[in-house]
Amino acid sequence: MELDSLYQEVILDHYKHPLHKGLSAEKTVQVHHVNPSCGDEITLNLLLEGDVVRDVTWDGVGCSISQASCSIMSDLVHGKSVDHALTILESFSELMSSKGSITGDEEILEDGVALAGVSKFPARVKCALLGWMAFKDAALQGRNEEKK
Amino acid sequence: MTLLDVATIKADFPIFEKKMRNDARLVYLDSGATSQKPRQVMAAEQYFYTHQNAAVHRGSHLLAEEASAAYEGARETVAAFLGAKSDEIIFTKSATESLNLLAYSFSNSATGRFALGVGDEILLSEMEHHANLIPWQQLAKRTGATLKWFEVTPDGRLDLSQIDQLLSARTKIVALTHQSNVLGTINPITEIAKKAKEHGALFVLDACQSVPHFATDVSKLGVDFVTFSGHKMLGPTGIGVLWGRSELLAAMEPFLFGGSMIETVTMESATWAPAPRKFEAGVPNMAQAVGLAAAINYLEAIGMDKVHEHEVALTTYALEGLQTIKGLTIIGPTNMDSRGGVLSFALDGIHPHDGCQVLDQYGIAVRTGHHCAWPLMRKYGVSGTTRASFYIYNDLADIDALVTGIEATKKYFKVS
Ligand SMILES: Cc1ncc(COP(=O)(O)O)c(C=O)c1O
Repeated sequence: MELDSLYQEVILDHYKHPLHKGLSAEKTVQVHHVNPSCGDEITLNLLLEGDVVRDVTWDGVGCSISQASCSIMSDLVHGKSVDHALTILESFSELMSSKGSITGDEEILEDGVALAGVSKFPARVKCALLGWMAFKDAALQGRNEEKK
Repeated sequence: MTLLDVATIKADFPIFEKKMRNDARLVYLDSGATSQKPRQVMAAEQYFYTHQNAAVHRGSHLLAEEASAAYEGARETVAAFLGAKSDEIIFTKSATESLNLLAYSFSNSATGRFALGVGDEILLSEMEHHANLIPWQQLAKRTGATLKWFEVTPDGRLDLSQIDQLLSARTKIVALTHQSNVLGTINPITEIAKKAKEHGALFVLDACQSVPHFATDVSKLGVDFVTFSGHKMLGPTGIGVLWGRSELLAAMEPFLFGGSMIETVTMESATWAPAPRKFEAGVPNMAQAVGLAAAINYLEAIGMDKVHEHEVALTTYALEGLQTIKGLTIIGPTNMDSRGGVLSFALDGIHPHDGCQVLDQYGIAVRTGHHCAWPLMRKYGVSGTTRASFYIYNDLADIDALVTGIEATKKYFKVS
């Protein structure tokens, strides 16, 4: 079924056992993002140490795609520099807008390539991007905080 | 159970010939969002463009005459359908525009019963569509008036226990939905409108989910304004209706200004044509109005009482079928008491968006999300629901398909 390209086992695993879910006490910034078309929401805490992502934790409600994507994202950016994290995000955005024409670089995106199938379902792309956009927002704000 | 002859009806709707994913037939359960269109409606629009197209009310050539007659004829059809007078029918682009028209007309009317200020109140409910909430929020912001609202009960009814506190001499506007687009609840409008009148409040009825589904006689409801959209009742997009009592329309200031809505114009000022023209600035959506009239003719040929009976039969059957599914919770009334053909539900362990995706593989079109009723979602503690809504082209097999589809969804996500 076409659906299996959307709901890969990896995704359902992340959905059932999300990583870094539950907000940390310590944070540099907190952001709250919503998906206005479906009502899904996420709160994300980012802790920076200089230019390094020390911790990303999140909480929220959403479909399996948005929750799994957030879980994958939070694990990927952990311990990376903000710049590095943002290049991963670029790569993921490119995958999401590919309409199924690329499969994604597993070296960069790791479990994130399991979300490649989402790009064939235009209505679901924004689900997959919810957590990533929250992270981007937090990273840019956090960087300003750190500069102060 | 009195069901319509769905096979015959379906033959009028070309979209049902479409093959869905995996070659499945279309099971369209999203009429609450927009209805499908019969050939007769498409033909009426095409006839207008082919034979009559000209700007209405402007010019005296043959086409302008025929176009005006077709457009005004559509107004008469709508009026007769609602038990109203023709000059009480204003064509807009949608219910959303109708409601904004009211809210802006009220704030443009600086004096009299439309004028709001600090201390005045607008009474709504928690089950309103954003289209019948935000225009009033904004009106309150512009004028300093206060919003009040009826809450909803856990079983999806308006909580009227506080009505005597909520309605008072301060209440200037009551704006309520006739039937909830999420819960399916039909609200006791006549009863509330009677009380509103005692306090001198204006009553605005959002009839988006009622006029398409059961006979609605505006002269008997005791309300002052009624709004709905053509596209939810077999008609085209781009055409909506606002009905208002003559004396109110006469006293209200316009919302949109421009051509066709004037009586005289100088460089400094202008005066307005009488209603409904006063509220129809610019060249209107003519073909769409004609299409809406064709839709009404189609519905009247069936009979609105039969339409309603059909939907009650479908909904009764759906409530029974859905409630056999383990882990499924109906959000809204679980009995057919004052209830129409809109059914929302939640499935344990499966987000609506994910469930919808599986149903889509079987050609089943349902709506998921907050249904433009975000405050209501918050009230029920969910981020969204899955909603099935029925119309004249649905049959029991569609509901069986939904129930089977939900079982398949549970299996797919390994939820027992
Ligand atoms: C109850 C209700 N009110 C208002 C609207 C707004 O209708 P439209 O989007 O056609 O203007 C809708 C449609 O979604 C509705 O269901």
